[in-house]
Amino acid sequence: MPGLVPGIHDFLRWPRETWMAGTSPAMTETASHRPIESLSLQLNGVEMLADLSGALYWEAERLLIVSDLHLEKGSSFAMRGVLLPPYDTVATLGRLGAVIARYDPRTVIALGDSFHDRDAHGRLSDGNRDIIAALQARRDWIWISGNHDPALPSDLGGVVASEVAIGTIVLRHEPTGAAGEIAGHLHPKARVLTRGRGIERRCFASDGERVVMPAFGAYAGGLNIRDSAFARLFHSLDFIAHVLGDHRLHAIAASRCC
Amino acid sequence: MPADRDPPVDLLPDHFRQWFAARGWAPREHQLALLQKARDNRSALLIAPTGAGKTLAGFLPTLVELGEASLHLAPLAGRGRTVSGASSPGDGALQHNATPPHPAQQAALVAPPSPRKRGEGRSVTRSAGLHTLYISPLKALAVDIARNLETPIAQMQLPIRVETRTGDTPVSRRARQRKYPPDILLTTPEQLALLLSSDDAPFLFGSLKRIVLDELHALVTSKRGDLLSLGLARLWRIAPQVRAIGLSATVAEPQSLARFLVPQPAGAIASADIVVAGGAAQPVVEMLDTSERLPWAGHSARHALPEIYDLIKQNKTTLVFVNTRSQAEMLFQELWRMNDDNLAIALHHGSLDVAQRRKVEDAMAAGRLRGVVCTSSLDLGVDWGDVDLVINVGAPKGASRLMQRIGRANHRLDEASRAVLVPANRFEVLECAVAIDAVAENAQDTPPLRIGALDVLAQHVLGCACGAPFWADDLYDEVRSAAPYADLARVDLDDTVDFVATGGYALKTYERFARIKQDKEGKWRVTNPRVRQSYRLNVGTIVEESMLKVKLVRGRGGGSGSTGAIARGGRMLGQIEEYFIENLVVGDTFVFGGEVVRYEALMEDQVYVSRAHDKDARVPSYMGGKFPLSTYLAERVRKLLDDKRAWAALPEQVRDWLRLQAYASQVPGVRELVVETFPRADKYYLVCYPFEGRLAHQTLGMLLTRRLERSRAKPLGFVANEYALAVWGLGDMSQMIRHGRLDLDALFDPDMLGDDLEAWLAESALMKRTFRSCAIISGLIARRSTSEEKTRRQVLFSTDLIYDVLNRHQPDHVLLRAARADAATGLLDIRRLSDMLARIKRRIIHKELDRVSPLAVPVMLEIGREAVYGEASDALLAEAAEDLVREAVGEHDERLPDN
Repeated sequence: MPGLVPGIHDFLRWPRETWMAGTSPAMTETASHRPIESLSLQLNGVEMLADLSGALYWEAERLLIVSDLHLEKGSSFAMRGVLLPPYDTVATLGRLGAVIARYDPRTVIALGDSFHDRDAHGRLSDGNRDIIAALQARRDWIWISGNHDPALPSDLGGVVASEVAIGTIVLRHEPTGAAGEIAGHLHPKARVLTRGRGIERRCFASDGERVVMPAFGAYAGGLNIRDSAFARLFHSLDFIAHVLGDHRLHAIAASRCC
Repeated sequence: MPADRDPPVDLLPDHFRQWFAARGWAPREHQLALLQKARDNRSALLIAPTGAGKTLAGFLPTLVELGEASLHLAPLAGRGRTVSGASSPGDGALQHNATPPHPAQQAALVAPPSPRKRGEGRSVTRSAGLHTLYISPLKALAVDIARNLETPIAQMQLPIRVETRTGDTPVSRRARQRKYPPDILLTTPEQLALLLSSDDAPFLFGSLKRIVLDELHALVTSKRGDLLSLGLARLWRIAPQVRAIGLSATVAEPQSLARFLVPQPAGAIASADIVVAGGAAQPVVEMLDTSERLPWAGHSARHALPEIYDLIKQNKTTLVFVNTRSQAEMLFQELWRMNDDNLAIALHHGSLDVAQRRKVEDAMAAGRLRGVVCTSSLDLGVDWGDVDLVINVGAPKGASRLMQRIGRANHRLDEASRAVLVPANRFEVLECAVAIDAVAENAQDTPPLRIGALDVLAQHVLGCACGAPFWADDLYDEVRSAAPYADLARVDLDDTVDFVATGGYALKTYERFARIKQDKEGKWRVTNPRVRQSYRLNVGTIVEESMLKVKLVRGRGGGSGSTGAIARGGRMLGQIEEYFIENLVVGDTFVFGGEVVRYEALMEDQVYVSRAHDKDARVPSYMGGKFPLSTYLAERVRKLLDDKRAWAALPEQVRDWLRLQAYASQVPGVRELVVETFPRADKYYLVCYPFEGRLAHQTLGMLLTRRLERSRAKPLGFVANEYALAVWGLGDMSQMIRHGRLDLDALFDPDMLGDDLEAWLAESALMKRTFRSCAIISGLIARRSTSEEKTRRQVLFSTDLIYDVLNRHQPDHVLLRAARADAATGLLDIRRLSDMLARIKRRIIHKELDRVSPLAVPVMLEIGREAVYGEASDALLAEAAEDLVREAVGEHDERLPDN
């Protein structure tokens, strides 16, 4: 039985398994021994790793990118009388801690909508604040602002930016469709039908020139990549969904999804 | 069961006796018995077949009491009160009643709290509340009963006002009803809950004398029954004098149903008196002796269509019951295709527009229809005297269920109902045969009384707080007076109250967002008016599947999956479950609203379809029927199989089939489980015959494939029907068993219900669906939010994600407990699976075969028709990914992606 509130030591350890809300965790005996999967992804000629957790790792820069954490989404609804379980922040930070522990990046960029609403950071528990501080220790941390969190306070640690450019690569929250862009905001998910079964999972959407990252937050929903918002970005269905499966990623043509 | 004394003649007042006589009727024995129970101040359960005058029996005590009261008070009370039924809204009489009486009239009353006055015997009590509350599972039924009550009330000139209150009742009339209540209010469990949560509850119900619960056998089997039981518990507290009358079809355990009607004392059991109406003629039930070849599998009964058509032609009015909507659609379409005589045949099922359904019901009542193809949507409801034949197509599923349906024919007690069963495949022949025996013996298989669900309790707790502040101790006592909650543990109540207040989380961070809070005295009260509002919007226990509107547009012919090319607008056909559409690809055809349509596009909450010119739909089913084969019928089927002499009564084709099975493999017996393994094409199969219904078999299939995977049998998928389960894979299971690498006793060991089940439930889509409905019923999330999110096609939050997080961080949370309790009997049917595994332990008979056995053919034929279940999501995703690889290396000749 999992602990109620895992402490910082609990999740900074080497992960027992990568697990993501919305993708079903593998519970078979063999599952936990499988290697952590990632897929290589070319972006404007730069090689990145799409990680099964939904993070993107730029090895050459030792840069880890996560998008749309939506921390404190649960309490945001609670304020309006919908008492969602208050464990989303700790669950999201737990997975983030696992992927950071695995890659040990020099820099972490949270690609916007890190907090679900303007006041969300104020509702962070002391424990979760400590967890964030521990994650930020010994590395650079950049909060890119998003539409949910346009203004972030300085006491969170790290620096705040509206976008970051590294060589030919630009990182910003809302995608514009520009070449070399890494963005989030849309929460892409892909739906695949095979043998009478529909499987729906979060995914990276990329055509080699731009990538839209999946939402990382435990309560973050998704937008189907067949939605017109993606057609506008990619100008066609000629892009690939790197779908987060149970134990591995799958590159599937957007036209194959539905 | 207490023997009914001969009721004294004076039970019925003169004008009632005259009324009966004038119509050439005599009061029935059970009607008088109920009057006697009322006189004795007892609650009673009337068990009667349809057509026994149940409704009148239920209302007779009320009519007599109110009639007598009016005699004592005449002429005053009679003045200014007109008989009116809710079926004539806005007519003069009703409006007259709605207005408070003239001041002069009012002055005649002694300090009236309201314009009305009522007496009981000689001691006149003054009250303006309801006298009788009638609860029905269907709002249409409430409306019809109101109409039916009008006749005796008008003819005997009783000064009784009857009104209905349903979701369709206009707000203005609802408000008026709370101020000037009628004598008799006809309503539904949901409306009762709403009324109880209002400030007016003590006024409305304080002087309540009678509660009449119609179709009680149907109400108590669901969460609506739980909600109703909690409402009754509330009423017993507000109006301790109230007595209940339950009206029910025959059930397996009348004694336990009778508990529902009276408050349960702490630590003891109390029951209402039981009155059984006798005298129903034995129904005449036959199995269609088809001259056609009986299909091996499938549920369409296509082979019997001409014979069904002939039966409709030979009878005045025929109800044709089927188990699923898709069957109804198919049958309706096929019948019209051969309808050379232009018989008026209609279609009735739950997906059709409400107005459309009402139209069919009215045409039926008016005797304008020769046949109606329907689903369980017509299992309950209004009596139609003119139905002279019921045809049940497909599996009867349960004995009691079948008897209910048969009872729809000929609602006259002295005439026998006639029914014809049409099995759609060979297994269903067995099921029909034992069902006919069960009907002959009047053997019932209704489920036992439910244990009250915690999500419903949560809804009720919030409703209580909306009504008036409460002490948890009082509420605990009150709730336990409801039979389904009689054994509720205190910790469950406390956890539920905690859940309603702040979500019930171990991590206490929501105190400031509490919906209810304890005041200084320790009473729980609502923190703000928004909470009341959201309670009102979310009351009820029926969680609809997400529905999409189906619109008919002109097709565009091509196969492009992109959106935008289709013309918007189009004619509305009805609604369809979202999960069904989600498993279609553009171009798939299916039957809807009586025609074959082609899926064109999904935009926001609308599904666009075009008229397809195909004769047959490509996607055959909406999933199996809702109800699994009853344990009782399953056992009878196993007995029939076990007793070779009894086979003589079966059709020859079925006998041959069983003989062949006995020769090639083995016919399953009463207690043991036959497991067959055999190779076929490039795969290996394992087929077993538990006879426990599709839901339990699916759960078993999920668990077996996990275990087979661990045993390295490389399972690929499975398919289940009501009788059997087939699993296939790449490993040669026969050889593995032979060499001791696969132990069947271990494979089917009940311990699979431990860790394997836990692990599977953690990720099961069915479990997530179960959780979602608990989250909605309990009030964690609003019904509204889900429909709003659909129209905007933007997900606010997903209950699947909430389930994942909660299951990981607080697995003993009260909502997860509620969801697991549902899983035991609901979509996963775990309890039944567990009973079966215990029954067959060390009684497994393995047959190693070199080919498929005759008995296995039906389930093997389901492969490819039904969705393949399994968990290998990665394997399936990998297939999709391979398409990309193939495309990349230029092999798109055979398999160009969707566009």
